[in-house]
Amino acid sequence: MASISAATRRARAHAPWSSAAWRDTAFVASGVPLQSAGWLIVGALWTAWTPVKVLPVLVLTGASVMLLLLALRPLTSWQRERCWALLGLRVPRMPGFEDGRPWDALRDLRSPELWRVLQYHLVVGPFLAVGGLAVIAAWAGGLVFAVSGLYAWALPPGGPDLAEHPRRVVLLTAIGVLLLAAAPWVAAAVRRVDARAVASLLGPDRAKELQRRVDDLAEKRASVVDAADIERRRIERDLHDGAQQRLVALALNLGLARETLAGVPDDAMRVIVEAHEEAKEALSELRTLIRGLHPAVLEDRGLDAALSGIAARVPLPVRLRVEAEPRASSTVEAVAYFVVSEALTNVVKHARANEVDVAVLRRGDTLRVRVSDDGVGGADPSAGTGLTGLARRVRSVDGTFRIASPAGGPTTVTVELPCAL
Amino acid sequence: MRVVIAEDSVLLRAGLIKLLETSGFEVAAAVGEAEGLLAAVREHRPDAAIVDVRMPPGFTDEGVRAALVMRRESPEVAVLLLSQYVEERYAADLLSTSTSGIGYLLKDRVADVSVFLDALRRVASGGTALDPEVVAQLLLRRHRDPLDRLTPREREVLALMAEGRSNAGIAAALVVSESAVAKHINNIFAKLDLPHAEGDHRRVLAVLRFLDGES
Repeated sequence: MASISAATRRARAHAPWSSAAWRDTAFVASGVPLQSAGWLIVGALWTAWTPVKVLPVLVLTGASVMLLLLALRPLTSWQRERCWALLGLRVPRMPGFEDGRPWDALRDLRSPELWRVLQYHLVVGPFLAVGGLAVIAAWAGGLVFAVSGLYAWALPPGGPDLAEHPRRVVLLTAIGVLLLAAAPWVAAAVRRVDARAVASLLGPDRAKELQRRVDDLAEKRASVVDAADIERRRIERDLHDGAQQRLVALALNLGLARETLAGVPDDAMRVIVEAHEEAKEALSELRTLIRGLHPAVLEDRGLDAALSGIAARVPLPVRLRVEAEPRASSTVEAVAYFVVSEALTNVVKHARANEVDVAVLRRGDTLRVRVSDDGVGGADPSAGTGLTGLARRVRSVDGTFRIASPAGGPTTVTVELPCAL
Repeated sequence: MRVVIAEDSVLLRAGLIKLLETSGFEVAAAVGEAEGLLAAVREHRPDAAIVDVRMPPGFTDEGVRAALVMRRESPEVAVLLLSQYVEERYAADLLSTSTSGIGYLLKDRVADVSVFLDALRRVASGGTALDPEVVAQLLLRRHRDPLDRLTPREREVLALMAEGRSNAGIAAALVVSESAVAKHINNIFAKLDLPHAEGDHRRVLAVLRFLDGES
């Protein structure tokens, strides 16, 4: 039952009066001039002048080829318009072939796009044009034959009298009906082949397209990451120029009051002392905050200086080895700095270690960061937000993040950051 | 005692001027950038200059570079650098010419008025004042050299020497007797193979050894 109903549906879809039949026919028929244009252009000059000597033949051949190459772009874009207008089929442009001035496409004859386009216009196209003509012929012939029974009335008397050959009329009518029934099927077949040929020969290469998309996304992501980094630096600078200077001045004035004011009631002095201590505390917190953003020392003096700054504040012995020349981009350096800073914070908080070893080494296009301690281990990246944040920030620059931390220790965090973004 | 101030933050400059004038210093000039500093030092010949490291136009290490020029042009002027962050290489650069009359502190230390004034006086009278953070960084660097032979206590003593403190100051900081400090210092001299000579000279040598690592 199902197969019968499917067959009925197919038959109905291909009926001569169905909209699909008309659409396919319009599409296929409109392709004929465009698909035969390639060879018509090549042959055009020869109809005007047909030389026999070698040199003129060569010149004319060259001119024909040039003419064809110049016609490729408009032909291709008309094909694209045809697909869009009649089938709703979107064929994306080929950036390598269709950008720039018309003759730019000809500059690189080795470009695969050019050869694919030629293949459509000179090889596949003509066959499709023949298919298109066949469809037109089927419709026209079908109509002519199907109504042959009416000729007796329509034609002026004196011509061949078909009424005398009723069997021939029946046969011709049958052929006409068959042609009319077949035309939509042929049109559909030609349309299918054409659509596929257009998509694969006149559209961009899929692999290339994906590659371009990957490049595009990578570039966009890099600019987002850079923008975040630039923003961090801006905030750092604003804090330094604004809040920090004000706080230092405030703490200085309070300190001055504390040292020099005599004869102040004890209560008032206590308030001044507290305010002074508070201001100093605020200063030190602000400095820690700035350090976590994007410290100026990192930008001015590089990773070595910045890391020795944080390593020196860690309350355990730190072995620090930094060979980060040539310097990576400031974004990558910021990530490396962040990794070491966070890892050291974790070591101090959780590892109960006696010693930490930090190595930041540039090896070719990779910046390798390793922080290992001799602590108790058992660090779980899925539990702590610190490690997840670390991994995420490393991934934002296409880096790899690994942590080995068996229970009982030791813990090693290894990060590799590509420097050639 | 006459002082020149180079600090680009107006607020902080005003604060420093007030602090110094209240504490018996004479502020000969207060400027906002490195060129002005050099001109002011040439003109006023102060005892000391307080210099911010990050100043216009580049906002990087203009202060350090100006300080190095000052060291060459007028070595008798003591320099106290203030910085948002401390960087041991700046310290090494500055101390490579001479270890006297040099100070290098985090800007925040200004808030500890008495400690700051102490450091300024020490520097102005030819001593050194290094921020504890600089010293910590220097210690971090010097892991595999003769300094490794020092005990943790001796390291602490040497770090305090590098900060520019006297034996009495070191003794107070570590809460030990001065004779204990003297003993530690002798051990340091011995372990660093410093020849017997006049005491202060060996002190400077020890600090230099500490700063240079491999010398």
